[in-house]
Amino acid sequence: MAAAGTCGTGTRSTGSMVAAASTNNVTSFQRRGPRASGADSGCSRLVSIAGTRPSVRNGQLLVSTGLPALDQLLGGGLAVGTVLLIEEDKYNIYSPLLFKYFLAEGIVSGHALLVASAKEDPADILQKLPAPLIDDSYKKECDEDVCSHKMEPDIKMKIAWRYQLLPKMEAGPVSSSRFGHYYDISKRIPQELIETSKWHGFFLPEKISSAFNVESCSLTPGYMKLLQFIQNIIYKEGFDGSNPQKKQKNILRIGIQNLGSPLWGDDICCTENCDTSHSLTKFLYILRGLLRTSLSACIITMPTHLIQNKAVIARVTNLSDTVVGLESFIGSEKETNPLYKDYHGLIHIRQIPRLNNLIYDISDVKDLAFKLKKKLFTIESTSSRAHGRSSCGTMLRYPTAGRVESSQTRDQTLIPCISRQIRYRWTTREIPEYIFNYISGQV
Amino acid sequence: MFPELNNLLNTTPEGAEQGKLTLLCDAKTDGSFLVHHFLSFYLKANCKVCFVALVQSFSHYNMVGQKLGVSLTTARERGQLVVLEGLKSAVDIFFRPQEEPHPLQFLREANAGDLQPLYAFVRDALEPVDCGEAAWRCPVLLVDDLSVLLSLGVGPVAVLDFVHYCRATVCREWKGNVVALVHDSGDAEDEESDVLLNGLSHQSHLILRAEGLATGFCKDVHGQLRILWRRPLQPTTPRDRSLTYQYKIQDKSIFCCEPSSEPYSL
Repeated sequence: MAAAGTCGTGTRSTGSMVAAASTNNVTSFQRRGPRASGADSGCSRLVSIAGTRPSVRNGQLLVSTGLPALDQLLGGGLAVGTVLLIEEDKYNIYSPLLFKYFLAEGIVSGHALLVASAKEDPADILQKLPAPLIDDSYKKECDEDVCSHKMEPDIKMKIAWRYQLLPKMEAGPVSSSRFGHYYDISKRIPQELIETSKWHGFFLPEKISSAFNVESCSLTPGYMKLLQFIQNIIYKEGFDGSNPQKKQKNILRIGIQNLGSPLWGDDICCTENCDTSHSLTKFLYILRGLLRTSLSACIITMPTHLIQNKAVIARVTNLSDTVVGLESFIGSEKETNPLYKDYHGLIHIRQIPRLNNLIYDISDVKDLAFKLKKKLFTIESTSSRAHGRSSCGTMLRYPTAGRVESSQTRDQTLIPCISRQIRYRWTTREIPEYIFNYISGQV
Repeated sequence: MFPELNNLLNTTPEGAEQGKLTLLCDAKTDGSFLVHHFLSFYLKANCKVCFVALVQSFSHYNMVGQKLGVSLTTARERGQLVVLEGLKSAVDIFFRPQEEPHPLQFLREANAGDLQPLYAFVRDALEPVDCGEAAWRCPVLLVDDLSVLLSLGVGPVAVLDFVHYCRATVCREWKGNVVALVHDSGDAEDEESDVLLNGLSHQSHLILRAEGLATGFCKDVHGQLRILWRRPLQPTTPRDRSLTYQYKIQDKSIFCCEPSSEPYSL
């Protein structure tokens, strides 16, 4: 597995190219305890790659997914060498956002990109990426949102008090942080950032000619070409360490959109028993093999809600490392559920890999929901919202709607006479906390 | 290896039984900790191990093995461990076609036939070498996991044939052990997986089944482990024995306890 250090070719072990967590962390992060020596002897000292950081648990090299809230839920970030599978929501409205965040993060961190799509030209996809928020503008965003709820000016102090309660949360954007950035969806990424970035595009209609030669392999031609393209880029650009002269190591971020849809030539979404039923799973297996032996991370969006055969979904999940499912409320009965009134959908963390370890970092928070604001995509926990706090540090700046009403009723009523609207909003578990707040004068 | 699990199974590395097929299966949870347990167990028991690692890379198993007290790289250098790395070999065979038959030959074929090349690989790896010194105790085949073979296009009957051949050679002829992990798809209606699981359950001597809790995610209890002893070797013990424990995986060990009869109080 990729870790903070990689070996030079002289010590290429018969195992995977990138070694286990090495002793060569040049970051200030210090590990206690015995280091895994393994195949690390003779590794050259690696300058840390921009946009990556070692995991707290085992020194695994992580990259950001572009959404700091999602990074936190995945245990710090996406491990290099793994696949992040996003199960698309029903109308494919929100999953392209996660896809774009991932790619935008790659551009901002200076990573190389490989964008594959059967529907849209990769050049067009890159044009539509969100613009990164510089720290001042992010604070302005928060202030705007805070003011729009007509909060008192000293609410920020109370947020700081809240931070004390949740020491494990990540702080907001730190100006010197190079891991995880915030993006403004309403603005496009500046053209010069795209031009300075190194990207490779794979647009299926261009790559596949009408008279395709019949391969003796059971992969559909689209997948076959994509795998060859990816392997070619990895080998040529030296992401698998095959070019030791290259001084500056970099990460390759691969993004594959709508994998499994009929546009890729795969009819797994059309029929229950199709001839090429193993094509997708074989593709994922070989892709993972490519990723494990190179410095790359991959995001795949897949319309799993279209796959007829449930067994295939289970197999695809087992063959991927991290699986996140999006479920939007559009058209479902949850749209009218009062608990989900402020959200656009639910986000399910279906699988997190245990890499180089017996255990993994799993967030205690379940019941996660997402919301697409005008400029930001945010993730909150529906259950802890009741307590006035949320699971993700980024969300602490957005006071819940319940608070607004509580501040309105503060002058008018005593606690027993809570207005009907509040009683409708707040369940019985929430009220004690509210009472505590009211008594201590914090609200 | 986990000493707690050894206690539950009533085995020690010195007194490991021979000629057994152990089936590991998981449902709604990740049963790979059992694979790590048996890998380090048999390495400590001084057995020759052939490890068909189809799911993760070698360094992953190595790192976990070091937490459990064995070094896979040293074992490999000594010749005690032969590893087939599925992910790496798949890339090799897919992009650079080999001349001689490769264990994962079926990846290149449209209709994946049978697993004969894989069986040949296992046989060559575990064949007892007739040299003067008694090198290793008994050969062991460890497969992680067989459900991946189904995903790669091999039919369940072909996988069952492969296990049958391995059992005949490794367990019966060479008095070794075979350990394999299979995923139970549960309600995903995976017929092929059910065929494979049922077929293997009938053949195996010991079944360890890691299940997720029926009530969902719990921080303190990661799941439930069911141990089923089948086919007792002594004809005097008539019935199959079964035990159930709840477990929690920690960094280097596992904590097992009896399932409580009281409902979990919040």
